[in-house]
Amino acid sequence: MSTESAEVQEVKEQKSEPLFSKRNKKLISNPLDIDNPITVQVLGICSALAVTTQLKPAFVMSIGLMIVTASSNAAISLMRNTIPSRIRIIVQLAVVSLWVILVDQVLKAYVYDVSKQLSVFVGLIITNCIVMGRLEAFAMGNKPWPSFLDGIGNGLGYGLILMSVAFFRELLGAGSLFGFKVFEAVGIHYQGNGLMLLPAGACIIIGLIIWVQRTLNGYREAH
Amino acid sequence: MENLINIGVRSIFIDNMIFAYFLGMCSFLAISKKVTTAFGLGVAVVFVLSVTIPINWIIQNYVLTAGALAWLGPQFASVDLNFLQFIVFISVIAAVVQLTEMAVEKFSPALYGTLGIFLPLIAVNCSILGGALFMVGRPYNLTEATVYGFGSGIGWLLAIVALAGVREKMKYSNVPGPLRGLGITFILVGLMSLGFLSFLGFSL
Repeated sequence: MSTESAEVQEVKEQKSEPLFSKRNKKLISNPLDIDNPITVQVLGICSALAVTTQLKPAFVMSIGLMIVTASSNAAISLMRNTIPSRIRIIVQLAVVSLWVILVDQVLKAYVYDVSKQLSVFVGLIITNCIVMGRLEAFAMGNKPWPSFLDGIGNGLGYGLILMSVAFFRELLGAGSLFGFKVFEAVGIHYQGNGLMLLPAGACIIIGLIIWVQRTLNGYREAH
Repeated sequence: MENLINIGVRSIFIDNMIFAYFLGMCSFLAISKKVTTAFGLGVAVVFVLSVTIPINWIIQNYVLTAGALAWLGPQFASVDLNFLQFIVFISVIAAVVQLTEMAVEKFSPALYGTLGIFLPLIAVNCSILGGALFMVGRPYNLTEATVYGFGSGIGWLLAIVALAGVREKMKYSNVPGPLRGLGITFILVGLMSLGFLSFLGFSL
């Protein structure tokens, strides 16, 4: 799970910078575990399940979502005092779709095959509940810099879960990681488990990940 | 006619929004604790999907596609506005949702009492925008697109009511603490999705 450790590394590096106050550091580290957008806040499930058959699209999707969440959080936070509350959802959607169009055009230009594989799910970042949820819950009431960090943190938390689901699905389903045949490389014949490539496999894996995570951090839910 | 029935059955069972594409999962998981509220939200989704998909079809085919603006005059024939797709679609959806909310509030306060709180939520339900984007990728005409929208909505309604029914019964089971709530719900959805896979064998 090299990508996960890379993400954790990144957080640690940011912690050492003096610009980050204690509160700001929390904004990035909380969404990784006790306030995870997918497993605790239950946001952004649709894409987490749909793009995780392989690691590569999952990785691209996490980066895209992180950019959109962070930048639209910052943009909405700058405008928060001028948005009339009755039409705020439409204003938020307009800002978010602007960023999503940019991400979509960049993906089409530079990684066309991944963009084809993600199909409608890049567009669906607009209605990804993480983006809307963070705008409503955080950016509407906070300054731009903390909002930006909050977006980055939630993007990382989303990416962490996405990459772990994709890791198991690609490893067990196709016996490869990032397209590299792991089992063949060490000389074991591996018959891919088709269930992992089906939508059902994703649901079951994410359920098990939630189980493990909540056993570790002690979070409990009433019925 | 036979073609329309095909599209309807396909969008309800085989290409089910929840079990085949995972669209609209957030509200699907959040509002499936009771059958009655789940049914209310489902009806609202059916309504919004069957209104917005035809509208978006018209916009896509007469404004956005490459060469679609030819009806304005020959100088517009080479205009391609496809890059505006996301922002136009989501504005249409948000506007329709807002209008529906106002209309329901004015003309039927009783229905508003049951549906009202769900309507604003629907604007950010992925299944609505997802339906519109899938519609663009398929060669449907206006009637077919309408049937597709309605069928997808019914499929979503079916899924959320079924899950709510199962979750109501889950109260009586002894689930391990950390798995309670979200965890077991995911596993349930996985098993239900396996069941829906059996429809894949249909050849239409």
